[in-house]
Amino acid sequence: MKVSSSPFRAQLRAELQILARNGEQLLLTLIIPVMLLVFFGTTDVLPTGFDDHMDFLTPGIIALAIMSSSMVSLGIATGFERSYKVLKRLGVTPLGRPRWLAAKIVTVLLMQIVQLIILIPVALLLDWNSSNAQWLLAIGAVATGSIAFAGLGLFIAGRLRAEINLAAQNGLYLLLLLLGGMVVPFDKLPAPVAAVAKCLPSGALADVLRDALVGQAERPGTSWIVLGIWAVITPLLAASTFRWE
Amino acid sequence: MLPAPTTKVKGVSIVVPSFSRINRDEPTLVVDHLSVRYGDLVAVDAVSFSAYAGQVTAVLGPNGAGKTSTIEVCEGLRRASSGHVRVLGLDPSKDHRALANEMGVMLQEGGIYPSARPIDVVRQYCGLYGSGKTQYANPHELIDLVGLTDRQKTPWRRLSGGEKQRLSLALALASQPRIIFLDEPTSGVDVNGRTTIREIIRRLADQGVTVILATHELDEAEKICDRVVIFDKGKVLVEGTLDDVRKARRTVRLRTVRPLILDDMPDNLAGWLIEDAPCDYSIEDAPQGLIAALAVWLSERGIDVVELRTGMASLEDVFKKLTGGES
Repeated sequence: MKVSSSPFRAQLRAELQILARNGEQLLLTLIIPVMLLVFFGTTDVLPTGFDDHMDFLTPGIIALAIMSSSMVSLGIATGFERSYKVLKRLGVTPLGRPRWLAAKIVTVLLMQIVQLIILIPVALLLDWNSSNAQWLLAIGAVATGSIAFAGLGLFIAGRLRAEINLAAQNGLYLLLLLLGGMVVPFDKLPAPVAAVAKCLPSGALADVLRDALVGQAERPGTSWIVLGIWAVITPLLAASTFRWE
Repeated sequence: MLPAPTTKVKGVSIVVPSFSRINRDEPTLVVDHLSVRYGDLVAVDAVSFSAYAGQVTAVLGPNGAGKTSTIEVCEGLRRASSGHVRVLGLDPSKDHRALANEMGVMLQEGGIYPSARPIDVVRQYCGLYGSGKTQYANPHELIDLVGLTDRQKTPWRRLSGGEKQRLSLALALASQPRIIFLDEPTSGVDVNGRTTIREIIRRLADQGVTVILATHELDEAEKICDRVVIFDKGKVLVEGTLDDVRKARRTVRLRTVRPLILDDMPDNLAGWLIEDAPCDYSIEDAPQGLIAALAVWLSERGIDVVELRTGMASLEDVFKKLTGGES
């Protein structure tokens, strides 16, 4: 019996199967963002400074979801693949690095589509008004943010031992969630922390998403530049330092 | 194009490439003065050896002897510091993609995500070789071949050591390889599993596949290998067919009813005797006439001989002698 396939499709299928079996990654990428959106959307306890707190919260939570899928989920999975010699084993197949990377990118993109398909209707159910949203600009922001975070995740995953990488990715996730300008506004953070947060990809992505989705960014031009710089630097850093074993 | 020939193991057909045009006298793997250095450490020091289609070549040596570094250069996983390697006429580093389509690799351990199920990972690997072949391995047949049908949906982390090895072998077969590198394939495998693996390896060689077998298990290697390459301290100590290597170290076994006092024996006899155990002696590379002289001396002193046998040394004997006993 013949089995028809291609290296890319075979790898993509394997990536999706591994993702589906990793419950903790689904928790991080889907359940936590939805829970935060629902909790803060229904309680209105965040000092957002916006007339409608959902205008602040929705772009911030989408930024958080993008960070979780493109940095944390990708970084943790890749770190363990290094540790388990999965990458070494794939290195002696015809797959090649470009197709391996393409399968990773498509996996993250599919995950993000699922995230947005869930998060946006939930936000709308919580009375978020999307009439001012510029969707193409938002897609550009998500794409740029994804590149920046994926580069960061792979940079960390490509250098550290799997267990330390796991702790580092989760620690960074928590740090950026609280202090990265996604859920807590910059002006509610201590001044030195806010100054740093504005230079981070998390704060920049949340700000450009607020510009794209509700037209209420704090400093959209600067945030686009910050995000763009991260999107250039982190993939280069990851590519130049990544250890396959 | 002629259909690919098939062979049957355990009633399962394995499709193998056609080797009708392969010259079995020409080496398919040539390692020529290969050196691998890690900083100041010389892991592999100008080694040379060859392997041939249709033969199982065992690469033996103690830990740290340079086997794995050499094989990883052959697989294209590592670059040579100096020297040359040709695998199926290809440079493993420059022609890696082309070689990967024709090569099967079994790592010593790992290489599979712990939550992955055998059938899924075999299906993945069959797919990875999908675009370069006209006919691919069938995942279910490969699973059946290595005896994992009942465990095909069990996550990898719950498989026994032997089952993991057999799954790894299935992945190496997914490419329908012309050359296959097996690193400790029977390590941790039970008796039945060893028989299955040995049978698969032998069939692959019979069909013209070049099999490179790195192992510590000398008795296992002796059962299936045609050629031997023995490494130690980064160098190749001996290379040749199994029979040539063993014949080169002819051994005489002598067992007596009571222990010999070597100090009482003439030097021209005692100097050749190696006491393996009380009443149990061996003589390696005995010169002509020594055995007769020894038999006369023992007879004159009324020392009964239980066994006096001349034969080829076992692979383990050769290995221990060359490497100082560490396997």
